[in-house]
Amino acid sequence: MIIEKLAEIIANKLDCDVADITAETKLTDLGMDSLDIAELLMDISDEFGVEIEVSPDIQLVSDLVAKIEELKAE
Amino acid sequence: MSFRILGTGMFVPERIVKNDELSNYVDTNDEWIVQRVGIKERRIATHETCTDMAAEAAKAALDNAGIDASDLDLIIASTVSGDYASPSLACMVQKRIGATCMAFDVSAACSAFLFLLETAAGYFARGKAKKVLVVSSERLSRILDWSDRSTCVIFGDGAGAVVLEEGDNYIDAVFNVTGDNEVLKIPMYTGESPFNTVEPEKPVIHMMGQETFKYAVTSICNDVKALLEQNNLTLDDIKYIVPHQANKRIIDMSARRLGVPVEKFCLNIDRYGNTSSASVPIVLDELNRNGSLNRGDLLLLTAFGGGLSDAACLIKW
Repeated sequence: MIIEKLAEIIANKLDCDVADITAETKLTDLGMDSLDIAELLMDISDEFGVEIEVSPDIQLVSDLVAKIEELKAE
Repeated sequence: MSFRILGTGMFVPERIVKNDELSNYVDTNDEWIVQRVGIKERRIATHETCTDMAAEAAKAALDNAGIDASDLDLIIASTVSGDYASPSLACMVQKRIGATCMAFDVSAACSAFLFLLETAAGYFARGKAKKVLVVSSERLSRILDWSDRSTCVIFGDGAGAVVLEEGDNYIDAVFNVTGDNEVLKIPMYTGESPFNTVEPEKPVIHMMGQETFKYAVTSICNDVKALLEQNNLTLDDIKYIVPHQANKRIIDMSARRLGVPVEKFCLNIDRYGNTSSASVPIVLDELNRNGSLNRGDLLLLTAFGGGLSDAACLIKW
């Protein structure tokens, strides 16, 4: 499952509990700033092999999941 | 035939501006800036011009090299924040230090110092020069939007220089350019032509932070790996990586992705901020003068910036 792997990457990066990360979690509520999000996009590229463009539309964990699914389907 | 570094020099303005002082101009504080970019203070020019700083760094490098300005065959310089569009910074340095040799500038934003070294290597390879002065000077405070906290806290002013002589210590280099004016740009002053119909852009540094971050980390990692691979080396063979000092977090993430301790990277961004093309020669001068380098040490220089342009080179000390 993409969400589980993604939650693991985020929890690992922020050193927080993976159980605190759900699809509806807002990235900034986890204390992530814009550079943390840029870093996360690079980690996602390594893990899932997809390049997500920087965008203000990426707010929630579910936004990332949708992007990954969309790009992997292409 | 390429070159070896015979001497180094630097100059930074007297005025130290600590993070908290910037809260007089924008909504920021020391903790936010240190956490976000790893900068504690920077030097900001008051009376020092870009030419002043370049000339002082150049004199320090000549002195360190033990040669006179009259011994130089070529002066090449870089700046994105010079005093004049013309004459070039190199011409002004030639005048100020009393040299008579050929002089010109190379434009490659924050990567320019590495492009200058490659240019110098070409002159040495053709046997057209025996002593070359390379100088990068930036008065970035002049082209900052002091109401934009995402950029004005990052940059600082300063200059660095090296004197090169014939040798075989410039081992190899890689360069990449991807023309782009979205991620990073510094528009020129539009002027007052009554015929102009182009919408003026503010002549300050414009930077898309997240895109710049991704570009910087990717280019550092790719350039370092490519350079090592084509020279059959590993990071264990490298004494120090000397990166363009743009943002501590760029270095942290690059170190993580390259699988090396961050201590392998020489950093002084906490004291000077991002001084664009001057940052690499300033670090080199500090390393040279604090006794960190021994003859034969391998240094890997890496830089990235507007253009977009990025580069890395391998130098034996």
